[in-house]
Amino acid sequence: MTAGAPAAVRVRVPASLRAYTGGEPGVEVDLGSLGEKPTIGALLDHLATTHPDLERRLRDEQRQLRRHVNLFLGSDNVRDLADQETPLSAGTEVAVMPAVSGG
Amino acid sequence: MTTLLMIGTRKGLFLARSDDRATWSVDGPHFAMNAVYAATIDARPAASGGSVRLLAGADSEHWGPSVFRSDDLGASWQETEGGAIRFPAETGAALVRTWQLVPAGADQPGVVWAGVEPGALFRSDDGGESFSLVEGLWEHPHRERWMPGGGGLCLHTVVPHATDPDRMLVGVSAAGVYRSDDGGKSWEASNTGIDAWRMPDQRPEFGQCVHKFAGHPDRADQLFLQNHGGVYRSDDFGATWSAIGGGLPADFGFPLAVHPHRAGTAYVYPLVKDEHRMPPDDRCRIYCTTDAGESWEPLADGLPQEHAYVSVLRDALCTDDADPAGVYFGTRSGEVFASANEGASWTSIVRHLPDVLVVRAAELP
Repeated sequence: MTAGAPAAVRVRVPASLRAYTGGEPGVEVDLGSLGEKPTIGALLDHLATTHPDLERRLRDEQRQLRRHVNLFLGSDNVRDLADQETPLSAGTEVAVMPAVSGG
Repeated sequence: MTTLLMIGTRKGLFLARSDDRATWSVDGPHFAMNAVYAATIDARPAASGGSVRLLAGADSEHWGPSVFRSDDLGASWQETEGGAIRFPAETGAALVRTWQLVPAGADQPGVVWAGVEPGALFRSDDGGESFSLVEGLWEHPHRERWMPGGGGLCLHTVVPHATDPDRMLVGVSAAGVYRSDDGGKSWEASNTGIDAWRMPDQRPEFGQCVHKFAGHPDRADQLFLQNHGGVYRSDDFGATWSAIGGGLPADFGFPLAVHPHRAGTAYVYPLVKDEHRMPPDDRCRIYCTTDAGESWEPLADGLPQEHAYVSVLRDALCTDDADPAGVYFGTRSGEVFASANEGASWTSIVRHLPDVLVVRAAELP
């Protein structure tokens, strides 16, 4: 983080989702926009407002992560952490990765 | 006159076009790596000066399902806002797949019905731009006891009555046929006469594994139905059903289509039941009745007649609206056959596609 810069988290998306980020490889989200306890769930709630077509590819209409979508913090899958309750801190990068599935 | 054939596959949508129904050009895939189970050609807007609208239900194994539309015959596609079909939060359900998109009659120009998984019916009043859940069926007391078939708990068939917009039937696997006589407000099981397989009671009120049914608008109360085992006819819009599969080499199968102009004429694709599920004698043959199921005739000219192990899924058989009628079917091995003479002879119009899930055809105005 640069001193004085707003604290942010970054969501990195695969090429197949860049149609929903304006062609950008990711989306930066101000940590302050995620409430007092920034979490993966709060981040996705925020994306539902700012990037609804992206968010609904990550979660279904019951706000559950889609079965073949993985979100990684570093090398950790959020399903192995606290799922959508996983806390976020400034500078965190959330990587969206499609599961290895399908034929 | 150009004929358009929509071919939905497990890995995208292909569009075939022909000016003579003999030579075809094919483009695609649209929505690559999306399974396209639902496709429809809605010609109703053209009657009032609009464009023919194509609708497709596409679902990505990773990124979920959406409904797409095209008002320029497939040259470009637009995704509907929010994907168009979403369960209300209070249902606790999430859309898995759109199985069926069916325009209502010409007297309801904006109405499109969608059958989905998990078993539910949605209605659009704006030509497929947005849909709302038909709560009367969702709240039916049977629904909690519906059991999914091999394809999931899918509402795969929607048949609006040809002359009475308040009446309609839907098919759910493996729950059976349900009927509404009040525009979808209330529903009742409508399976009288249809056998249930692998159930202790062979004739339960519901639980039948209905695969497909269809009717002809000139004989609005007559329907033909392909069950998991058995082919049936109803002459009272689904109130009762009678077996008519005795003249077939096998009465198991998935798809069923009716002739666009002649009531009483229907097409099926028999498979040997139940653990075999390949065509009888390893010969690829469509069977046709022209007398409402009293007799059946094999249609095989041009189709593979040796070592043919192909199967055809429930929506992968259709007719167009031309005269003489075109008949089309696509196989799970990615080949599409077309007949321009009502099934008398067939040609292969495209091969090596992914598994064909749905075909829909129409002459363009």
